[in-house]
Amino acid sequence: MGLTLFYLSAVVLIPICALVLRVCDMTWGEFWHQVTTDRALAAYKLTFGASFCAALANAVFGSVLAWVLVRYDFRGRSLIDALVDFPFALPTAVAGLTLASLFSETGWLGRFLVPAGIRGAFTPLGVVIALTFVGLPFVVRTLQPVIESLEREVEEAAATMGAGRLRTLATVIAPSLLPSIFTGFALAFARALGEYGSIVFISGNMPFKTEIAPYLIVMRLEEYNYLGAMALAVVLLIISFVMLAVINVLEQWANRFQT
Amino acid sequence: MRRLLIAIALAFSAVFLLLPLVNVFAQALSRGWAYYVDSLAHPDSLAAIRLTLLTSLICVPLNVLFGIAAAWAIAKFDFSGKSLLITLIDLPFSVSPVVAGLMLVVLFGAQGFLGAWLREHDIKVIFAVPGIVIATLFVTFPFVARELIPLMQAIGSEQEQAALTLGASGWQTFWHVTLPSVKWGLLYGVILCNARAMGEFGAVSVVSGHITGLTDTMPLRVEKLYNEYNAAAAFAVASLLALLALVTLAIKTMLEWKTRRELALAQTIGSVAPVEQPEKFDSNASNTP
Repeated sequence: MGLTLFYLSAVVLIPICALVLRVCDMTWGEFWHQVTTDRALAAYKLTFGASFCAALANAVFGSVLAWVLVRYDFRGRSLIDALVDFPFALPTAVAGLTLASLFSETGWLGRFLVPAGIRGAFTPLGVVIALTFVGLPFVVRTLQPVIESLEREVEEAAATMGAGRLRTLATVIAPSLLPSIFTGFALAFARALGEYGSIVFISGNMPFKTEIAPYLIVMRLEEYNYLGAMALAVVLLIISFVMLAVINVLEQWANRFQT
Repeated sequence: MRRLLIAIALAFSAVFLLLPLVNVFAQALSRGWAYYVDSLAHPDSLAAIRLTLLTSLICVPLNVLFGIAAAWAIAKFDFSGKSLLITLIDLPFSVSPVVAGLMLVVLFGAQGFLGAWLREHDIKVIFAVPGIVIATLFVTFPFVARELIPLMQAIGSEQEQAALTLGASGWQTFWHVTLPSVKWGLLYGVILCNARAMGEFGAVSVVSGHITGLTDTMPLRVEKLYNEYNAAAAFAVASLLALLALVTLAIKTMLEWKTRRELALAQTIGSVAPVEQPEKFDSNASNTP
């Protein structure tokens, strides 16, 4: 017990307190100024916007993927099932590197997409792509156990009562899955908010265009603007806590519907 | 309809899972096998590999010890502040790795709280190896604990209580009863922790100072090579990390298969009451920068 508490405080609590204490040295006006510069605001917009889009894409396609993996059998199913965890295991730097290469003009996908006007590298779209990659497992892995535990009898009952497949989906299946989809969405969203490594490679980090908030922190550090970096970091920290709380609430709500 | 869904799922997996994976190896070998080997044998790359391995070797055992202690305390005992402890353990997950690195700079940097003291004793933490180790320790902190807590809670403490009534000491109970019951979960937590420790980028990037040959870990080396327009060499180092990822996945799949098999075996023998199939290992316990 004592060991646990000691280690925990040493490794987690003290750094957080140190940061908060340092920032408290700033006046409120200074703090506010640092976190609301135009560049910072552009960075927040990109971070939140891209994370939202990526989490949404994951919610939609991840649900389809989870459904297909649980309910259908086809060649390559177990391979893809195992590969779903690939974004967890792969270092983000490598992820960013390979995605940037794939979508660049000479990449396997880029050579078709760039002439069509879809630029996946060094654009906000690239940021969304990278964030979709890192958040991919969350929705799938959250949904799979829930789909597995769905009772087929209820669907069959709906069918015997004359409901078409689409109606069954909308009124019987979807309500049971929706809480978990929300949880998966929130997890992917929170993950995307904090993502750094992969975006550094794929976005080009252009201020006001493809610069994310964590990267702005690093830039400020390099300019020796320590207070500015710390102010921004505290903002991100607060947002992380809020997301943590939201996810906890969502998980409890989702668990209410599971036996 | 079925075929359409499968097609969509396959297309999504191909674009986001298969192609990136294969691309790493294709790009790494794009200049031929000799270049690949040369890039890896470069002294700076070797130094990066050594540093990554060293960091992992320090962080994983420490976090395993902590994880076991924390999970044991949370699962087997009741005390006030338990949910606070669980929240604190989850903290490094939700914090952006750059913020984590920054917190360490605030603590140990030249103008940090401990900066003057460290300077007096000529101890370098930031922009040196100790900083990298501490940063990695912070971000990989929760993995083992998060794997073990639900597992230990599900197992309950009846077996330990039985052992204690039969006269086993606390340590004997722990070693012979508690540990074996969580061995697969523990192994899974260890490989996740290791994968994250070796692949950590954001936090290490802030504290390392990027000094080539000294404070570059493998992910940082990949970045450096990429910025020097040496893409093939960057991919060569990246391919090692991708291989690590594949090995991690393979071990995880094998562990899941083994746990299910053991449980099924125990049920057929009849020595265990029929138990619900365990859920797949909770991959939501993972988070990389």
